[in-house]
Amino acid sequence: MQQVFSIPKSMKKDFKYTFCPGCDHGVAIRLVAELLDEMNLRENTICSTSIGCSVFLYDFLDVDCVEAPHGRACASATGVKRARPDKFVFTYQGDGDFASIGLAESMHTALRGECVSAICINNTTYGMTGGQLGPTTIMGQVTTTSPYGRNREYYGYPIRVAEQIALCDGTAYSARVALDTIPHINQAKQALKKAFEVQLQGLGFGFVEILSSCPTNWHMTPQEAHIRVKEEMIPVFPLGVYKDITTEKGE
Amino acid sequence: MGRIKIDNNRCKSCYLCVTTCPKGLIKKSSKTNRLGDYLVEFDDKNGECIGCAMCAKRCPDMAIIEVYK
Repeated sequence: MQQVFSIPKSMKKDFKYTFCPGCDHGVAIRLVAELLDEMNLRENTICSTSIGCSVFLYDFLDVDCVEAPHGRACASATGVKRARPDKFVFTYQGDGDFASIGLAESMHTALRGECVSAICINNTTYGMTGGQLGPTTIMGQVTTTSPYGRNREYYGYPIRVAEQIALCDGTAYSARVALDTIPHINQAKQALKKAFEVQLQGLGFGFVEILSSCPTNWHMTPQEAHIRVKEEMIPVFPLGVYKDITTEKGE
Repeated sequence: MGRIKIDNNRCKSCYLCVTTCPKGLIKKSSKTNRLGDYLVEFDDKNGECIGCAMCAKRCPDMAIIEVYK
């Protein structure tokens, strides 16, 4: 009998996720861990973590981590990469961290073309603090701070992060993926691999936005949450690769 | 014929594996773990498991720790 799945070696021994049941953070962390194994990067990695549910990364992933102030993971990743250019540096952030409080740092890291990889988990809400309206909350979505649903007059429009980062000249790769179905999980792994590769090749900033579910704050079962990702989120945040300079050169 | 191994203490009863398995071989169990979560059990009497590892890829808590094909 051939073993086709095992726990990635980059995970800490005897870890147990502290996320809510059905949270897609666990899948995203597993994909990162599998890629660190496959690309043999584990001993050479420094991770810059954020604030929010994504902060727990360093409890589970067996790599060196530096904790950044809220939103400043890309800025501290810049410092780490410039001090140690031989290391593989990536950030793992939520949408509130990357696209709200840290938007300036994130965007300028992309504009400077820093050779770091950034992962943004988009669940359209602030998960850890109780489901408040975030920068990516979609129109009409009810949250604890938008009890009548997000509207244009009072709250404005959500930000499409992958498209915005793709507009920056220093970006080498920008893509949006989802984790609602198995094919999408496989695509997410390919996108993450590409974002890691552009850093290793020294081409520039690699970015992946991952559409994730938050069953607790959406008040849904995990199954219903994945249906919401498919039916409500993907039409607003279309999946795809928005910038890839490796293929542009080849054409 | 495939086989999976479930770590009961990691399972949090989200039942995503139950809806993901293409053969419907993972079922809700009446047993609980030490946190009181109702577990899932792998029920493959006829050897139908194809070892696709979709359950393990789907499990958000990595409670399906080994898949054999």
